[in-house]
Amino acid sequence: MGITRRDALKSMIAGGAAVAGVSALTRPVSADVLTPAPDALGLLYDATLCIGCKTCVVKCQEANHLEPDTSLDRKYDAPVALNARAKTVIKLYQGDEGQSFMKAQCMHCIDPACVSACMIGALTKGANGIVSYNVDYCVGCRYCEIACPFNVPKFEWAKTTPKIVKCELCRDRLAQGQEPACTEVCPRQAVIFGKRSDLLQEAKRRIASEPDKYQPTVYGETEAGGTQCLYISHVPFDKLGLPTLTSEPAPHLARIVQSTVYRWFAAPVVAYGALGMVMLRNRRQDEKKPEA
Amino acid sequence: MSAHVAAAPVGGRLMTPSVRALSGLFGLGALMILWRLYAGLGATTAMNDGYPFGLWIAFDVVTGTALACGGYAVAILVYILNRGQYSPLVRPALLTSALGYTLAGIGVGLDVGRWWGLWKVPLFFWRWNLHSALLEIALCIMAYVVVLWIELSPFLLEKYRDSDNLTMRRLSRAALPALKKASIWIIALGVLLPTMHQSSLGTLMLLAGPRLNELWRTPLLPLFFLLTCVSMGYAVVVFESAFSSTALGRKPEIGMLAGLAAIIGPLQVLIVLLRLLDIGVRGAFPALFAFDIRSTMLLIELVLFLLPAAMLRTPASRSDLGHLVRAAMVMMFAGALFRFDTFLVAFTPGSHWSYFPSVPEILVTVGLVSAEIIAYVFIVRNFPILSGGPTAAPERQAA
Repeated sequence: MGITRRDALKSMIAGGAAVAGVSALTRPVSADVLTPAPDALGLLYDATLCIGCKTCVVKCQEANHLEPDTSLDRKYDAPVALNARAKTVIKLYQGDEGQSFMKAQCMHCIDPACVSACMIGALTKGANGIVSYNVDYCVGCRYCEIACPFNVPKFEWAKTTPKIVKCELCRDRLAQGQEPACTEVCPRQAVIFGKRSDLLQEAKRRIASEPDKYQPTVYGETEAGGTQCLYISHVPFDKLGLPTLTSEPAPHLARIVQSTVYRWFAAPVVAYGALGMVMLRNRRQDEKKPEA
Repeated sequence: MSAHVAAAPVGGRLMTPSVRALSGLFGLGALMILWRLYAGLGATTAMNDGYPFGLWIAFDVVTGTALACGGYAVAILVYILNRGQYSPLVRPALLTSALGYTLAGIGVGLDVGRWWGLWKVPLFFWRWNLHSALLEIALCIMAYVVVLWIELSPFLLEKYRDSDNLTMRRLSRAALPALKKASIWIIALGVLLPTMHQSSLGTLMLLAGPRLNELWRTPLLPLFFLLTCVSMGYAVVVFESAFSSTALGRKPEIGMLAGLAAIIGPLQVLIVLLRLLDIGVRGAFPALFAFDIRSTMLLIELVLFLLPAAMLRTPASRSDLGHLVRAAMVMMFAGALFRFDTFLVAFTPGSHWSYFPSVPEILVTVGLVSAEIIAYVFIVRNFPILSGGPTAAPERQAA
């Protein structure tokens, strides 16, 4: 009955988790930041240009074969927020800073939390960095909805065989050489489509040319580790409903904890062996001494 | 492995009035389950795109598996720390664990939208996303349910060693030696798997990032989930022992429970100290004393964690079954509140979202817990799970 062995084991069990915690606290955040793929595609929404005509919403529904959302008044197709029938919506902000429209859709994060959450890869970072959904690998657990800092993935609550619904940047249209539905129809080019690097450059050019008009930063350049959909605006971004986020990728902390504990799956294997050995030793010791 | 007083079936009638009432509750829950499978989650639950995890995840899975950690807590004590004197607690603890985890599995099956595709998760190993804490939890829980029933199977098969039923006798005599031989490596899995997934249940909500309130958003969350599942597992062992003594007329293992209480009390204090230390190190003390809903809930948590430690301070208090049960109930409640807070209260999808479980959600949970109690009573009446022998008083049929 070695008290030292017992203590050693106790500290082993509790220690494993503690080590993970401490190393997560001390590891620098920047070690994990990803750079976007050079061919990453995205959107640039300029809130100063949008007139709120919602043509993009209508075209999006048509292109994605979404059912009309009449939940507002049971008559008009008028989604009030992203939901299982609306992959993009236009909202209006009115306040002290003036008035502005706001387009919501998937941000196509460079390091998406939803992809990090997804068990067997129903959500993946596909071609051109588009966060894509394949229902064949979805069990409907909705962990992606917990994970997304932008509250984008939506679940078909009303259906018996529900799917996750979110903007996939019209990847089927892109494959046919078309551009996303929303950018194709926008009469003011308030939302434009292109390579993220080009869009970022264009956004910065617009801000530089009219610094009095725009907020000084491009939303999505660094937020949550960077997104492929970018925003520039005359009113502060938080007023438009965009969350105030640091440059830490959304899945960073959880991934550090998980991958520190389970690196190469070594800790569980070692722990399993150790547990077995301790029990073998216990059994041998018990067999040596006469039964009480 | 064997106890000083051999475990034996309690015997007696199953269909007592309380079991009949529980069957009614289970029936109601079963109807709600059918409705959920027919009409979908939107029609039957209050979950929404803001609160995609509801009662079934927060209670049936996250709290239910922690309450089913009796088998884990006792296995560490008896097999790893080699305290053989506690071995009479192993069988009933494993039984509550096996039942609790099985029901958690059923709870997950009802909660996921596309339940018919769940088989892909363990089998499509080439698609496993090793960053996903949920994947690890899913695989561990699936494996652990199997391990628990294997751990429990010798006690069930024992009944048939000299049975008149030839098939069962043969099965029993063939399987028992093999199970005994492999027992160490099965039990090792039975300790490893809960260590992994109970801690990962904490990692799970870390992915919510800034949407998880800062008081709970700590890399130590996995450690807190692990420590609290041990104290909750112990509390259930106390509770279950008291239930067996009052409802089934068995002598409670009071000496053992008192011995364990001396360890668990300080553990509760340690959890509180670690949480305060963590909040301090991360500079979140202002949030702790903001006295908004979240700070209030966390302060209640801390008080509930400390209360059982205070209640079990003296040896006399630890040897009184009624007192132990009261402390155990506070302990379970503290751990359960910590889990509910982490998954529902500390999760902040935005002020325009709200969630309170619907009636069908609650009825399903109540029905599943009722089924668990019925199965427990049935198994201890018919299989050698409980030891200690009947109390002096004539056996009551209250259960």
